[in-house]
Amino acid sequence: MEHKTAIQTEADKQDLLITRSFELPVALLFKAYTEPDLVAQWMGTKVLKLECRRHGAYQFETTDPKGNKYGFSGTIHEFVPNEKITRTFEMENTPFPVQLEFLEFKSTGELSSLFTMHIVYKSVEHKNQMLALPFAQGINMAHNRLQSVVQSLHPNR
Amino acid sequence: MNLRRDVFQAIADPTRRAILLMLAAQPMTAGAIAASFDSARSTVSKHIHILAECELLHQDQQGREIYYHLNPTRMKEVVDFIEPFRLMWEERFNKLEALMKTHL
Repeated sequence: MEHKTAIQTEADKQDLLITRSFELPVALLFKAYTEPDLVAQWMGTKVLKLECRRHGAYQFETTDPKGNKYGFSGTIHEFVPNEKITRTFEMENTPFPVQLEFLEFKSTGELSSLFTMHIVYKSVEHKNQMLALPFAQGINMAHNRLQSVVQSLHPNR
Repeated sequence: MNLRRDVFQAIADPTRRAILLMLAAQPMTAGAIAASFDSARSTVSKHIHILAECELLHQDQQGREIYYHLNPTRMKEVVDFIEPFRLMWEERFNKLEALMKTHL
């Protein structure tokens, strides 16, 4: 099966490209990125600030099940409705440096659109660290899967 | 089958998983890896040895130092390096799509 979301990156490059096709008109896709209430719903975050214009800023805050709060923020450099958003992204109070994001929205039909997000990191190492965050969960998942297989073979362990 | 050479045996240990994650971000010397753990240096060496034996690590001699790298081909047998990152975005975008379809 073809995946709807694709990631392209090269080992020696400090950027990556995320591509996703949507069964949505481009205007609705764009709306999902610009209306605080909608952003909050699909990103699962609190939207403290979202100024959709050049020189605007945004600020999100998520709370984990333990009640710890995490801040995400950035500034908006380009804002062209239904076409593109260029912005910075930063995870506050972490050693990760700011990253640059180019978001592009293209109509591919009345009810379909294509979204691309080009992310530029400070260095190849920083890109790998960002990839390693979900990879860390992935490796634990692989281990848990193995453990459940082992347990089904040896129910007493 | 030699269990010690089994990749899954190698990742079953939390210290070894931690070492793999550190090396995912950057190549490191055995000394630098050991410095990140409270355990004795010889214990960490043993873990590195097991990972290398499973071919999860590559060694790269640079002058007097040996740097350890992740072996991406072998790691793919356990988990694709990029796949979890892709899945994270896929889930996020699926939510976006489902939400916005209700606004059609």
